[in-house]
Amino acid sequence: MSKVNETEVRAEVREWLAANWDPDMSLVEWRSKLADSGWGMPQWPKEWYGRGLPHALARVVEEELSNVGAVGVAKSGVRLLAAATLLEHGSDLQKKKFLRRILTGEDTWCQFFSEPGSGSDLAGATTRADLNGDYWIVNGQKVWTTSAHHADHGLLLARTDWDAPKHEGLSYFVIDVKQPGVDVQPLKQMNGHASFNQVFFTDAKVPQENLVGRVGEGWKVAMTTLAHERRGADGLASPSKRGARVGRIHAEERAETEKANQPYKWYPQRAGRVDLVIERAKETGANRDPHMRQEIAKLMIMAKSAEWTARRARAAQQQGRPQGPEGSLGKLAASNVARAAAHVHTLITGTEAMLTGSGSPRDGIIAEILVSVPAVSIAGGTDEIQRNIIAERVLDLPKEPRFDTGPFRNVRKN
Amino acid sequence: MGTAEGYDPAVWRQLSEDLALPGIHVPEQYGGAGFGMVELCIVTEELGRALLCAPYFSTAVLAGNAILNSGTEAQKSALLPDLAKGARLATLAVTEPDGNWDPASIEVVATPGVDGYLLEGAKSYVLDGHVADLLIVAARTPKTVGREGLALFTLGAKAGGVERRLLESMDPTRKIARIDFHGAPASLLGNLDDGAKPILRTLDQAAIALANEMVGGAQALLDSAVNYAKLRVQFGRTIGSFQAIKHRLADMLLDVELAKSAAYYAAQAAAMDEPEWPALASLAKAAASETYLQTAIQCIQIHGGIGFTWDNDTHLWFKRAKSSEVFLGQPSYHRELLMQRWGV
Ligand SMILES: Cc1cc2nc3c(=O)[nH]c(=O)nc-3n(C[C@H](O)[C@H](O)[C@H](O)COP(=O)(O)OP(=O)(O)OC[C@H]3O[C@@H](n4cnc5c(N)ncnc54)[C@H](O)[C@@H]3O)c2cc1C
Repeated sequence: MSKVNETEVRAEVREWLAANWDPDMSLVEWRSKLADSGWGMPQWPKEWYGRGLPHALARVVEEELSNVGAVGVAKSGVRLLAAATLLEHGSDLQKKKFLRRILTGEDTWCQFFSEPGSGSDLAGATTRADLNGDYWIVNGQKVWTTSAHHADHGLLLARTDWDAPKHEGLSYFVIDVKQPGVDVQPLKQMNGHASFNQVFFTDAKVPQENLVGRVGEGWKVAMTTLAHERRGADGLASPSKRGARVGRIHAEERAETEKANQPYKWYPQRAGRVDLVIERAKETGANRDPHMRQEIAKLMIMAKSAEWTARRARAAQQQGRPQGPEGSLGKLAASNVARAAAHVHTLITGTEAMLTGSGSPRDGIIAEILVSVPAVSIAGGTDEIQRNIIAERVLDLPKEPRFDTGPFRNVRKN
Repeated sequence: MGTAEGYDPAVWRQLSEDLALPGIHVPEQYGGAGFGMVELCIVTEELGRALLCAPYFSTAVLAGNAILNSGTEAQKSALLPDLAKGARLATLAVTEPDGNWDPASIEVVATPGVDGYLLEGAKSYVLDGHVADLLIVAARTPKTVGREGLALFTLGAKAGGVERRLLESMDPTRKIARIDFHGAPASLLGNLDDGAKPILRTLDQAAIALANEMVGGAQALLDSAVNYAKLRVQFGRTIGSFQAIKHRLADMLLDVELAKSAAYYAAQAAAMDEPEWPALASLAKAAASETYLQTAIQCIQIHGGIGFTWDNDTHLWFKRAKSSEVFLGQPSYHRELLMQRWGV
């Protein structure tokens, strides 16, 4: 087999775009073409909507799409975590059923992991799934579920065996959120937004074919989802700033992005908005104060170093190292950067930092940073959990002492 | 380290003759290996990790780059081969007794004479100034101020009118000296038109090389702390099983990784001569200085009482971290420089 190279890939994707891209198509129609041709996710395997290309070449494809102004496949929210998990652990039937609609944007996903009694300790989930005929019957409660109010499907971690040890009694399912047994109630956050929810399951049904991996392997499958989530945390994709594009497909994409991003509107703020710091220093005159200059420099040094560290980790991965615990380093760095940024924004803004709303600095964006940053060090696994992971898996230090061995039934719970 | 010279000549010979390290960044036509900043920084990182006591930073990084940046073709051909071979030691004298790293503050005066220049004034904090054979001195021509009138001058350390004194200093792994010039005869390195530029360029390259040396040292301290945490038992368990220690080590790793990224990135940018590399030199120097010292402090803390003893080597790294923190300008100086260079 001849080795694919950049020039060939460019030529091939250009030719395909010339023949297929049409801004007046419907969004779903176009994304279906992308999915079926493999150009939407070129790094995915050939048999599943990809072309089996290495990551470096996948970026080349992305470049070509953006050069002609073509819209890409849907990528927002939890959908790509779902896809990564299904690609690794899903059955062929599941891949066929879900992957394409993930890419076309027809389905939205959410992650049912955390519960009122188990957050950091995810494996302590007590939401139960019991097999009854062709269906698993789900009862219990999940919480902090981002986007559940929009979602079609949820990644569900539930207990299927109460006598097995904690980590061995879990199974992983894809659950249909829009069914009578699933009650989604929004929760208001400290920053006023309501992007997460509490979700009650009362005899909700999951067909047997939606079990991902084998019964009792839920923990292993969940680890795949989490590793991908942490890796994403070091460089949360910011919406691209492409110019106004005309055509039906662009109008549909804007409407869809607006809806899909609604729960994530404040996400740039929770990362601390380092990008605004120097502009703000100049517009407020804080750049003339020697103390502020020092604090700004400290923040920028940390943020730049974190960015370059993420780049080093990606480069290592492209050389074939598997997805490892370095995602935890990136996540911890992101927390430190966000906190430092909130501190510096406060310094720069001064007394006005008390104000919110449209009359306040940057029309409320600064205030939103200050009340959103605390989420970063909690969501997706707290800083303390990341430190445990780094210490145990990178530095090979002793594991935490365990008080939760033996049958899960007998383990102390909330 | 224990001797007055501060290094082991046998090791220096090995490093020079067997490994050709002092000339790693010197072009082949001047007797070097022909590599650049990235490779020079790989060497300083490893030397920093091993805490090697040798006149490498002075001869290769400071003097070598000063000659490369400033010298005429004839001067490079005359001076560099001996430095690249390690046959001759050299250093760069910029700072004066006031400890200011901004060349604008230089007061040593070079007065034109019949045959070259005569130097008058005092330099201090001169790395390996007590053993160097060749001195490169940043000085100003008479009646100039600020960045005007600055240039580099060379003279043999044994020239008349040169008085050298080893300074009593905290870091035994790296020696510094004061040098007084009383009408000492010197030659201009390069020309007067370049002014402060080659001096600044040399200092920026040195800041990057030092940043890489520091991250090497910080990695060694982290490794030492992790190893000790796996060995030492208290309360019936290894101290590495306590979260207070585990989490501190995880934070130290993150810190070291971030500083490494800054140091590597700056070396790469300097090697490619990217426009923003001087800003990145300051960024990397500030980042690595803070990280090295913090890692040293934490490493001693994790060792407990034994960490505070003379017999445990940690204090040597601590002292190197301390001297490196202020050498070439402390973090706050470089943060301010970074802001200026970014136009903030
Ligand atoms: C904005 C946001 C969005 C979220 N979205 C989702 C979502 O879509 N789906 C989902 O399933 N979950 C989601 N979460 C939940 C999130 O993953 C959990 O909140 C998080 O993992 C912490 O769990 P907890 O809230 O139960 O806190 P706890 O686990 O009770 O933690 C409380 C404190 O104890 C500390 N702690 C716990 N265990 C240890 C330990 N072993 N060592 C040291 N310290 C420890 C923690 O670090 C923390 O400081 C979201 C959370 C937020 C804030």
